[in-house]
Amino acid sequence: MITVGIDVGSITTKAVLLTDTTWQSLLLPTGCSPRESGKSVFEQILNRAGLSPADVNYVVGTGYGRISLPFIDKAITEITCHARGAHHLVNGTDMVVDIGGQDSKVILIDEQGSVMNFAMNDKCAAGTGRFLQVMAAVLGADVSELADLARGAESVQISSMCTVFAESEVVSLLAQGVPKERIIAGIHRSVASRVASMAERLGRGERLTFTGGVARNDGVREFLSRELGQEITVAPEPQLAGALGAALLARDRCKQTLVTLDEIH
Amino acid sequence: MRPSMMNIFENLRDQNILDLEHAKRDNKKVVGMYCAYSPQELVLAAGAIPVSLCGTSNKPVAAAEKVLPRNLCPLIKSSFGFAITDTCPYFRFSDFLVADTTCDGKKKMFEILGSMKPLHVLQLPQGTDRPGALGWWLEEIRILKDKLEENLEATIDEDSLRAAIKLANKERQVLRRLHEMNRLDPAPLSGVDLLTATWLRSFSVDKAEGIELVEQLIEEIQEIADKGLSPFRAGTPRILLTGCPVGSGSEKVLKLLEECGGSVVCLENCSGIKTQVYLIDEDESRDPLEAIAERYLQIPCSCMSPNPGRLELIAKLIDEYRVDGVVDLTWQACHTYNVEAELVRQLVKDKCGLPYLQLETDYSTSDVEQLKTRLAAFIEMMDRS
Repeated sequence: MITVGIDVGSITTKAVLLTDTTWQSLLLPTGCSPRESGKSVFEQILNRAGLSPADVNYVVGTGYGRISLPFIDKAITEITCHARGAHHLVNGTDMVVDIGGQDSKVILIDEQGSVMNFAMNDKCAAGTGRFLQVMAAVLGADVSELADLARGAESVQISSMCTVFAESEVVSLLAQGVPKERIIAGIHRSVASRVASMAERLGRGERLTFTGGVARNDGVREFLSRELGQEITVAPEPQLAGALGAALLARDRCKQTLVTLDEIH
Repeated sequence: MRPSMMNIFENLRDQNILDLEHAKRDNKKVVGMYCAYSPQELVLAAGAIPVSLCGTSNKPVAAAEKVLPRNLCPLIKSSFGFAITDTCPYFRFSDFLVADTTCDGKKKMFEILGSMKPLHVLQLPQGTDRPGALGWWLEEIRILKDKLEENLEATIDEDSLRAAIKLANKERQVLRRLHEMNRLDPAPLSGVDLLTATWLRSFSVDKAEGIELVEQLIEEIQEIADKGLSPFRAGTPRILLTGCPVGSGSEKVLKLLEECGGSVVCLENCSGIKTQVYLIDEDESRDPLEAIAERYLQIPCSCMSPNPGRLELIAKLIDEYRVDGVVDLTWQACHTYNVEAELVRQLVKDKCGLPYLQLETDYSTSDVEQLKTRLAAFIEMMDRS
């Protein structure tokens, strides 16, 4: 059985192609057309595997662009998909922290990887990848370098949660001569504390798994674990958890359909 | 399958305004009311027409924000905006307005609104558990009676009060029966249609006519249900919507819930079952004003402290409507519902063991995509098919 999960996020579009034994992935920038990037990542991953759309049994779309994909069999929210993906990637996960480009979520899951409860940030870039991107731009750094730049530095307090206000706060900290690495550490802490308060509200899990693009930033992970007072496992390939979850859910649905057909015959 | 009667209800939007225009031409008096705590029986007994006032559209919010603070509940801003832009025909046709001191935002807004039209504000007690609460409220009802008599140049006598109580009770019962059709599984009526029918009826001029229409709708729904038809497939997650008032124009969350694959079977809010479950005692040996005061004070609004009635009602509805999950809608800056949400969460999640989702939003469409993700994920939690 071959299934595909497509996760069209605000910054990156991800695809996972799942066969009975293996899975492979592909990432593309979303750009300004989620519809085009979704289509293109689907075509490219099939091409690379030497497959055509007819070979695929089921496609699940997820992420913000999920509704704009005409070729999928079903759209499922990224909350359900990240839960399933994290459950598969890290054994025993009961709480998922997913920080993506434009939102962050905390998800409580059961032993099957199904969602029991969740919290999501509201209409605001605080505590998201976008916040890091904006701050990186002010500091003249690439978002991927932030963790290394701040390693070992003591964090400065960034008091503003709002991205726009925090940006001017960072500018004035730079003007005061505060070292860059301390500011970056402060930015990491700001994202972490925002998400940690969501987790506290939801009720804590035993085994926390970190997914989404921001999970690749070790600085955020460290502060998150400090704020919550417990270890957090970064999922292998954290950015792909949503697309993988989508492909796994596609497989679940396929199996269900097969069982129903068997029952009919 | 959608009942064909729904077309008639949708036409009420225009029909109600025409009817009101005709009534005014015949020198009938109209009383506009902002809140479910305002007793319409007194208006009916005065021979006037009680109507709801507009306050559920985002359109006049910008105009209201020129006067009111932006960080205020959209219901208050919308109500005020409609009045100052003269875009609510019911407001325009009203000879007299009745309002209540429910929340802080509303009561202070009414102080500004009072300069536009004759307005009387009923002062509610803070809660119902003190011995003096009912007495206070009864006195307020008596003051309202005097105000209405004076402003409408009418007399409110006991016989007309008793007749009005009977009529309004009949309306409550028929609306409750309509709601209860959705105890069937799958529900024969969508939540959006349930709201449309109850909402548009609240603006109608002739109560008896409105009751007749709802009865016909119930009959048609029964026929649809007897054939085993429903707008929803079997197994669709059944949602109870509670929280702030929702009406035509502010049904964003209700609509999204059904677009995302849920079936809103019950509305526990002012436009829904909350105001229909309690009837006025028709015992003829009692003072009708006292019976009216008693019933209205039973409404379990979050402005009351404490407000155990709401939790009792939600628990009962979860059972009766076989609810799979509860969505608690809070309008932005509505402190009472926002804080009370924690008590609702404890009841729904901890005591009943059901999924619970609280949302804080306004009338605008700016957060629709975010809401869609949250609501769809919530439905996915219950829908494991």
